Amino acid sequence: MANLKEVRNRITSVSSTQQITNAMKMVSAAKLRKAQSAVISLRPYADKLQHILRDLCSVADPSQAIFSTQRDIKNVLIIAITSNRGLCGPFNANVVKKVTKEARETYKDYKVSVISIGKKADDFFRKSDLHIFGSNLPRRLHMLYDNLNYESVASVASNIMDNYLEGDFEKVILVYNRFKNASVQILTSEQFLPVLPPDTDGESKLSTDYIFEPTKEEIVEELIPRSLKIQLYRAILESYAAEHGARMTAMHKATDNCTEMIRDLKIKYNKARQAAITNEIIEIVGGAEALKG
Amino acid sequence: MKLEIVTPDKHVFSGEVISVNVPGTEGAFGVLKDHAPIIATLKKGVIVVIDENKKELAFDIGGGVVEVLKNHIIVLAE
Repeated sequence: MANLKEVRNRITSVSSTQQITNAMKMVSAAKLRKAQSAVISLRPYADKLQHILRDLCSVADPSQAIFSTQRDIKNVLIIAITSNRGLCGPFNANVVKKVTKEARETYKDYKVSVISIGKKADDFFRKSDLHIFGSNLPRRLHMLYDNLNYESVASVASNIMDNYLEGDFEKVILVYNRFKNASVQILTSEQFLPVLPPDTDGESKLSTDYIFEPTKEEIVEELIPRSLKIQLYRAILESYAAEHGARMTAMHKATDNCTEMIRDLKIKYNKARQAAITNEIIEIVGGAEALKG
Repeated sequence: MKLEIVTPDKHVFSGEVISVNVPGTEGAFGVLKDHAPIIATLKKGVIVVIDENKKELAFDIGGGVVEVLKNHIIVLAE
């Protein structure tokens, strides 16, 4: 039976696919651990910065700072953070969908531009009819992932801030996957600019008299850009960790599916083999009978 | 007196110290025990720390901010 050979070929190809998906799962697991520790090591810094800002805001009015003044919104910039590579389930598609939805529904009355960090979003939005912003932004933002560190992200953030100050847009939104655990990513869209005043909860009216050096207004002016850079850096790190989590889960499922498929194919193969043998026996017996007669 | 130096990438230092010298934007200053609460921005320079064993440690920073409150010093460096 010709079928026999076909099934054997399928088994070989499926099991080599399984090897690949399994290897990718391992690689993602290792990368996930690294990415996770990067997120965790950023946390103390981010928390302390937030803490100082909150202390400051209870004594200084932050709403006058350049990055927190509300302006009339005409142009909106959406920063889409995705991965460079695929094969991670609905990870990238979710971001793309969310950005499209924000642009077409929430901000449909404004002029919306998109910049993408990560090749996947880049590929999509380049083909879509959404306006891509980027005349004076650093090109090739996906290169960030090659060597993910604070300095490179900070320079992108300050570039966006400069453009914001020049009045190219009045509102900036970040859309990315937040890392919860290896199998759960939370799709998030948060406001980047103008800065939302930190929650003072009303309770922490600063109890201590701080000495400020230089003045508190100047410190606020200095700290807000820094916290923005941290916000972007954190979003990218979260997304990076989430990407590997998503890929790990996707590849795990793929490996399981391969095992399932191989089992089914093996049964099919054995059935075909049995049928072939039975057929052969019938032929031989039939032949012998014919000779006798 | 407890000192913590953190950067976005890692926790650089954490522990008991005797004195800390930081490069403030308005001029360098030292922090000893029971210093008044202060929030100050820092410029590029070197933080000199004397730890409990009177050993001198130095950290290069490219700017940042320092908060001193109740014998707890937090340096957010870059």
